[in-house]
Amino acid sequence: MKKLLAAASILALSTMPGWAEAVKIGVITTLSGPPGYIGEQVRDAIALAVEQGGGKLGGVEVELVVEDDGLNPGNGRQIAEKFVNDQGIKILTGIVFSNVAGAVVPDVVDNGAFYLSSNAAPSNLAGAGCNENYFVVSWQNDSLHEATGAAAKSLGYKKAVALAPNYQAGKDAIAGFKRLFEGEVEEIYTQLDQTDFASEMARIRAAAPEVVFQFHPGGLGIAFLKQYQQAGLLGQIPMVLSEPSVDGVILNAVGEAGVGVKATTHWNEDFDNDASKAFVAAWRAKHGDRPITYYAQQAWDTAQLIGSALSKATPDDADAFRTALRAADFASTRGDFKFGANQHPVQSWYMVDIVAGPNGKPQAVTKDKLRDMVGDVYADQCKM
Amino acid sequence: MPSPDARNLARRIGLAVLVVALLAVPMFADSSSLSLVTRILIYSIAAASLNFVLGYGGMISLGHAAFFGIGGYVVGMLFVHHADATPLMGFIPGSNQLLVTVPAAVVVSGLLALIIGALSLRTGGVQFIMITLAFAQMIFFFFVSLKAYGGEDGIIVRRTNEFLGLNMRDRVTLYYVMLGFWAVFMLALWRVVHSSFGTVLRGMKQNERRMAALGYAPYRYKLYAFVLSGMGAGLSGALMANFLRFASPDMLHWTKSAALMTMVILGGVGSFLGPIWGTAAYLVLETWLAAQTEYWQLWLGLILLAVVLGTRGGINAGMARLAALMMRGRG
Amino acid sequence: MRPGSMILVLEQLLNGLQYGVMLFLLAAGLTLIFGIMGVINLAHGSLFMVGAYAGTLVAGATGNFWLGIPVALVAAGATGLAVEALVIRRLYARDHLDQVLATFGLILIFNQIITLTVGRQPVFVAIPESLAAPVELLPGLFYPPYRLLIIAAGLLVALGLYLLINRTRIGMLVRAGATNRDMVRALGVDIRLLYTVVFGLGALLAGFAGYVSGPISAVQVGMGEQILLSTFVVVVVGGVGSIKGACVAGILLGVVDTMLRAFLPGLLRGVMPASEADALGIGIASMGIYLLMALVLLIRPKGLFAAGG
Repeated sequence: MKKLLAAASILALSTMPGWAEAVKIGVITTLSGPPGYIGEQVRDAIALAVEQGGGKLGGVEVELVVEDDGLNPGNGRQIAEKFVNDQGIKILTGIVFSNVAGAVVPDVVDNGAFYLSSNAAPSNLAGAGCNENYFVVSWQNDSLHEATGAAAKSLGYKKAVALAPNYQAGKDAIAGFKRLFEGEVEEIYTQLDQTDFASEMARIRAAAPEVVFQFHPGGLGIAFLKQYQQAGLLGQIPMVLSEPSVDGVILNAVGEAGVGVKATTHWNEDFDNDASKAFVAAWRAKHGDRPITYYAQQAWDTAQLIGSALSKATPDDADAFRTALRAADFASTRGDFKFGANQHPVQSWYMVDIVAGPNGKPQAVTKDKLRDMVGDVYADQCKM
Repeated sequence: MPSPDARNLARRIGLAVLVVALLAVPMFADSSSLSLVTRILIYSIAAASLNFVLGYGGMISLGHAAFFGIGGYVVGMLFVHHADATPLMGFIPGSNQLLVTVPAAVVVSGLLALIIGALSLRTGGVQFIMITLAFAQMIFFFFVSLKAYGGEDGIIVRRTNEFLGLNMRDRVTLYYVMLGFWAVFMLALWRVVHSSFGTVLRGMKQNERRMAALGYAPYRYKLYAFVLSGMGAGLSGALMANFLRFASPDMLHWTKSAALMTMVILGGVGSFLGPIWGTAAYLVLETWLAAQTEYWQLWLGLILLAVVLGTRGGINAGMARLAALMMRGRG
Repeated sequence: MRPGSMILVLEQLLNGLQYGVMLFLLAAGLTLIFGIMGVINLAHGSLFMVGAYAGTLVAGATGNFWLGIPVALVAAGATGLAVEALVIRRLYARDHLDQVLATFGLILIFNQIITLTVGRQPVFVAIPESLAAPVELLPGLFYPPYRLLIIAAGLLVALGLYLLINRTRIGMLVRAGATNRDMVRALGVDIRLLYTVVFGLGALLAGFAGYVSGPISAVQVGMGEQILLSTFVVVVVGGVGSIKGACVAGILLGVVDTMLRAFLPGLLRGVMPASEADALGIGIASMGIYLLMALVLLIRPKGLFAAGG
């Protein structure tokens, strides 16, 4: 009886404007170990978006619940279970790695909650495994590298060496690169956790390609770029990269070893639109000269998407909320943005040059648009 | 001092209380606690299996993730081939029946343990630790580069395996099924530990030469134990893949072997209930600390350090000592 | 063999040597701690990380690369002595399992301390200008001078350790300790001091290795664990307690690992389709050092140069 009364009073309170209970958003992300900086960027960007809104997203009071998955799929699943089933959280986001997403996402959507990916988007969830409660705000994994292939082709290169770690994301990266490059590609696979690439440098020099593509996120990317410079290859053989290998933190850590590289991206710090400028200004005001990465930008966009949907519907009304999400009615920092058939982004891709910045640190400068409003190759396989 | 019989009786009563408590868990646990207890049950099967070779047999294996992971992968791969309706390796049909996949996982991990054990047991001590690690690492790298089964991304098992027509999507049902497997496993393990085989194994840990002189071939006995232990870890992995509905190279990573070993040491090496307490303590700590602070690993590290420096023989030290006394009383 | 491919083989041999020397610097300390004190120290990689961070931060603040070296040595050495006094000393009499658990706890603690104090972002160190441009060793063979310096420093350390162990009183005690711990204790030697010295020496070497690897790879949280497993492989293959073993096994594994990665996919392409050859080649190369360890242990269960026979 007491319970019933309490429930009734909560119901009464929540229907009164201004007294509504805050909508909880569950952020599961990786904060420990070498990739901890990525999770930190994700968390801080979402928190920043909420702070900018005065504790609200889309005019609705929200509360962030953040937990570290430790890059362990089992832990991620445990946290999701607590968020969704015990705390009644309907909106989850923040996972950095595909293998954590693989364990978490199916369970979240099966329990009627929404998962909005701010980073990882593996192919097994993009095609036949798509779900109406699963949205991706970042990109499908393959798209990152397709843009880079297109860039290398547009620069007139015919012969490339492509390097990536010998695991699924690495193989997908090279496959994505080859899809639009269409030239001759020699593939070199590196080991997971490899920090010394001297042997690969020698192979690159021996192969003498016109361009080098490599996919090494985080610390691996830092090591690779430094050693590329030390081997004297920087400036001799041009390099084109996709964004995970040249995020802001990596550029900060490699110094001038990054200067002269070309990269492809869906967003860059110098984008000339109001949403992007507002984001960059807010970040600078809060975090000073701490590098902004595209991980933060995607998380910020995710928060804006959540806000746009919350202003139209409550997540408890799943159908209305889903419709509101699909509309993607928010000002993306990357300019135009919409969802494809599999609820993955349709967006444009740009080429950037890495040049020496005024403070001696390298910075990315946006050049041409490479691909205009494209989705991903798995969208056709998705039946919703 | 109470007689061994009386203590044995006390222990059985203790076990009975534990079983009743476990049966009652779904009545008062919320969903995430239920899931936590389920994970504890599943991991404790692997920890108890590791303890069987480590605590009773004196074989320090840092490669048990291999068996745990293979168990998971058997379930995952059979599911993939069931979903695609294509045979595995051209002639093995896929399956989504728990009563097919779990025994298959146990058999495959047992065979793997036979091969790894047969080679590794030619060494001892630190070299045994490292060679078991080496084999597990090879299997880890093999699955990471196995593109057909998701590589690093792993296999999503979209539906938990079917079992006796039960609704396996229901968490409580799933919990009772896992509890059933756990109880059967623990009962079987109890019988093995207290059989003449178990006695010989413990004897070898204490004095291998004497046991050899008594006519027991140490290599063969240790190998049997290693295979049984691998089968247990494989069972645990198969159940975990069903519970998480996911199998990935993460299950094969050496840190998983280290985590299992931590559970065993935390609980108390060489005691029957130790690994169960250790698993519970480790997972509860990990889950609870992570919910409190993002720097939870600092506290976990401090607690592990405090447990090792502050107690001898883990949380279950008292119980473990009691158990050791009893074993000596019997042997 | 064409001259071009000969140059490539030579360059890869140098790369293997450099990687091997790095493994040796870490393994030398570990094998002594292991052999003499009987302690499995998983936190050895943390000392590697402490050295790298301390040196890199100071070098970054002062702009002087060379200043980072003494700082890295002092930081890692001091941390090592503190760890020995507070934790390791209590583990001498324990079994390996307790040591594994306690030092695993230390890894977690060190990683979080770095995260809390320095942050999660990797830190940057540049190599000195004078060592930046590749030099031409042979016609067509360009090699980064920084790596040559690491090889030289590693070989110098090996020589120094050889002299220390074979020509000094401390070395004699170390040798005796690796062969028969109880005997040294029975002879009334201040075993505690010996242990402290050995642990401190190991920490210095780890800190040095950590700092010099900074400009090549990434100075980040968890960098020690990435190389820890390979280091243990070196220790076991070389034979626990043997510096000579650590040196030979380090270089052997470094060269084998590098050569497999460099040439195996190419060799396999001769007998199978390119994509399969690449996948299989790198798969085997990843397993390479573990495969080698398994083979060595199956033939010589105590490693190549086991101390005390």
